[in-house]
Amino acid sequence: MDDALIEKLGILADAAKYDASCASSGAKPRRGGKEGLGSTTGAGICHAYTPDGRCVSLLKILLTNHCLFDCMYCINRRSSNVRRARFTVEEVVELTLGFYKRNCIEGLFLSSGIIRSPDHTMEQMMLVARTLRRDHGFAGYIHLKTIPEASPWLIEQAGLWADRLSINLELPSDHSLKAFAPEKNGGTIKAVMGQVNERIVEAKEERRRFSPAGQSTQLIVGADDATDRSVLETSGTLYQRYGLRRVYYSAFSPIPEASSVLPVKPPPLQRESRLYQADWLLRYYGFTVEEIASGGEGGMLDLGIDPKLAWALKNRERFPVDVNRADREMLLRVPGLGARAVDKILSARRHTRLRMEDLGRLSSGLRRARPFLIAADYHPAGGLTDRLDLRQRLVTPSSQLSLF
Amino acid sequence: MHTITLREGADLDGFRQAVRRLAAARTAPDEVLWSVGAPSLFGDDAPPSEDGARVFLPQAVGRLIETVVCHSDPERYALLYRLVWRVLNGERALLDQHADPLVHLLERLDKAVRRDIHKMHAFLRFRALPGPDGEERYVAWFEPDHHIVEAVAPFFVERFESMAWTILTPKGSLHWDRRRLMSGPPAERPDAPAHDRLVDDRFAEGWQRYYESTFNPARVNPTAMRAEMPRKYWANMPETAAIPAMVRSAPARVQAMLEAEAAVPRRRMPEKAVAAMARQAPDSLADLNRLIQRSEPLVPGATQAVLGEGPEGAAIAIVGEQPGDQEDREGRPFVGPAGQLLTAALEEAGIDRGGLYLTNAVKHFKFTQRGKRRIHQSPTAGEVKHYRWWLMTELGFVRPRLVVALGATAALAMTGRPVAVLRERGPMAFDGWNGFVTVHPSYLLRLPGEEERRRAQAAFVADLRRAAALA
Ligand code: SF4
Repeated sequence: MDDALIEKLGILADAAKYDASCASSGAKPRRGGKEGLGSTTGAGICHAYTPDGRCVSLLKILLTNHCLFDCMYCINRRSSNVRRARFTVEEVVELTLGFYKRNCIEGLFLSSGIIRSPDHTMEQMMLVARTLRRDHGFAGYIHLKTIPEASPWLIEQAGLWADRLSINLELPSDHSLKAFAPEKNGGTIKAVMGQVNERIVEAKEERRRFSPAGQSTQLIVGADDATDRSVLETSGTLYQRYGLRRVYYSAFSPIPEASSVLPVKPPPLQRESRLYQADWLLRYYGFTVEEIASGGEGGMLDLGIDPKLAWALKNRERFPVDVNRADREMLLRVPGLGARAVDKILSARRHTRLRMEDLGRLSSGLRRARPFLIAADYHPAGGLTDRLDLRQRLVTPSSQLSLF
Repeated sequence: MHTITLREGADLDGFRQAVRRLAAARTAPDEVLWSVGAPSLFGDDAPPSEDGARVFLPQAVGRLIETVVCHSDPERYALLYRLVWRVLNGERALLDQHADPLVHLLERLDKAVRRDIHKMHAFLRFRALPGPDGEERYVAWFEPDHHIVEAVAPFFVERFESMAWTILTPKGSLHWDRRRLMSGPPAERPDAPAHDRLVDDRFAEGWQRYYESTFNPARVNPTAMRAEMPRKYWANMPETAAIPAMVRSAPARVQAMLEAEAAVPRRRMPEKAVAAMARQAPDSLADLNRLIQRSEPLVPGATQAVLGEGPEGAAIAIVGEQPGDQEDREGRPFVGPAGQLLTAALEEAGIDRGGLYLTNAVKHFKFTQRGKRRIHQSPTAGEVKHYRWWLMTELGFVRPRLVVALGATAALAMTGRPVAVLRERGPMAFDGWNGFVTVHPSYLLRLPGEEERRRAQAAFVADLRRAAALA
């Protein structure tokens, strides 16, 4: 690896860091064997963490940060003055294999600005994946971010080699898409999602390989005026209609060379983590968008407390819940009890009536769950759920982040 | 009191044998002293009996034992034997009782070992050393908390089977030469090559640059980082050297971004982007064919793409299923037995084959190799759909007045739905085209009886005549 390549790596990793999707989980187990290289275990491994608390699982880079388009929220847009660089197909292959062999990564996440034409760009990305798989027997994870404006045949070719395809929607509504990304088209993006979904379903039925880890997308929050409710509604539709595996939320982050159309101040990062929590409730806890949104005010989630607690505080009449009797669905709604704790409760209570001390061993979130629970030896005193100051008592005062 | 001495590390076999003997003699947990490594000061009692019978335990208990023996807590064997004893004495479902203090404690040990294994999978870094024969050997140094070296071996063997590597740890070492795995004694830090001896390994340098560049200073949150990647691991990871400076400079970098005036946009030419999108669609049949030839087959098999043949502007386009063995070898459509039958039927119907456009719904021969023979496989519905974009674009250039679909696969490609050919044969509206459905000539080849074949052939010729009249 020479100096020029290291230099390019710096530029093209920097430009890719605003994409939130980096997970390597969900692929079918696979191994490279005697001739090839690598394996996917299905669980995903984070190989390092950066000081922003995010994990490094994949080599996340752009093929190039040149771009014909001019999306306002993007540092690579045509009108920005950043330094530009471009990898060749072989260079990306070399970097991926080299880092993989040193056990730094689980695989590659490749995205790109649009050069020459969407098809040309997509073809280069597809060639990277094909070279890794076919010429090097690479069995690690490959995630390609498709260029939605590329021709369907190319996107389908890419799906033959990738574990996951993603198509970033970026903005939750068509009108902000139009305002901020003039050359993009919400209709095209969703058409590609529909097409990819159809191929994934068919391939599963026919036991062929096609983007086996599904597809995902990213939404930027805080760049436009969309409320949390409308963001979650968009996600709900994407999960239902296009069978997306994951929606990633990325709080709009100040970028160097920002466009003057954008807000100067970023939204609180807390908004992003509240959306992730809400998304989780949507997918695994049986909540509806409506219920989640009702926990906050004016379509925005409560930044001070997590959405499950917010919902519980507004629905106090449904608590306390008896841990020795309640059904799974209701236990899942108790703040502080995660799905795993609930399963342990269900299996443990077949043998014994659970007391507070038992619960302490089953769940780590008991402090928060306490006011909402009834156990064999415990009933919240004097209807604790009615106390007006309950919210204050449950919120830990947020402390200044220590910078070492 | 019985004293059992097990070897250092995770002595699963030793523990298993001890359990057999103790269980056979019905020795209660309180009567056993477990010691690791050196024999106990109380002297080593002869075990109750030499060979105990096998002990049957629920699978979950077996799995728990396998991980917990890796823990470095000297109490682990005593705790495990308590568990075994209780399970054997009536509490078969003990592990479901997560609130039981013993179960809870063992689950914590289990979790600690699993976490340690996971962190070793994640945070171990190989460095490449040039070997004497020019081949690279990958060496890593790691300090696990527990006795997990053997437990992690399968992961690294599977992942890096084609590389030669060595993992050194204070708890034992592993050596893989691409065929065999060997365990070795504990190592010490100086046994592993120091970072600075590897100046030639530019990947470590590149990785550092990557790590620094992928950090977003606007989101600095070292607490979250340390929760997942505690400091004790940092010494083994080349990238972590940069962390203090990254954290220190973050606030200033963000401030600078916020204070920088919104950039004056450079010259913008939206037309260029829009034109690039319009331009990318193939603008001629020849262009499209180049694309098809460059593409990967979307079905298994296939040595080359078989393109359509015939004049653009032909009145009739005939769409078959997919190329067969002979077509795949020659790279031309309808040259095999079914193609010859088609040629004969066209002649009989008085249609000039040279004036037609002939192509296939699927552009590649799908087959499985059996010995020397290549056995034709029908494309699946999904595969047919994969090829649809090419077929439709192709017909768009040819612009026939009528499209004749031969057989079910072609009809599926043209309509997007399954068509019962024998029942629905005849004119049919295709997606944007005037269409006609009839059988595929290979169907005629497969009919068993002479008489039956003759009749079907006549019907096929009649269909072709009808189609020609429609065009
Ligand atoms: S097309 Fe992608 S890379 Fe180009 S400006 Fe828009 S978001 Fe950025």
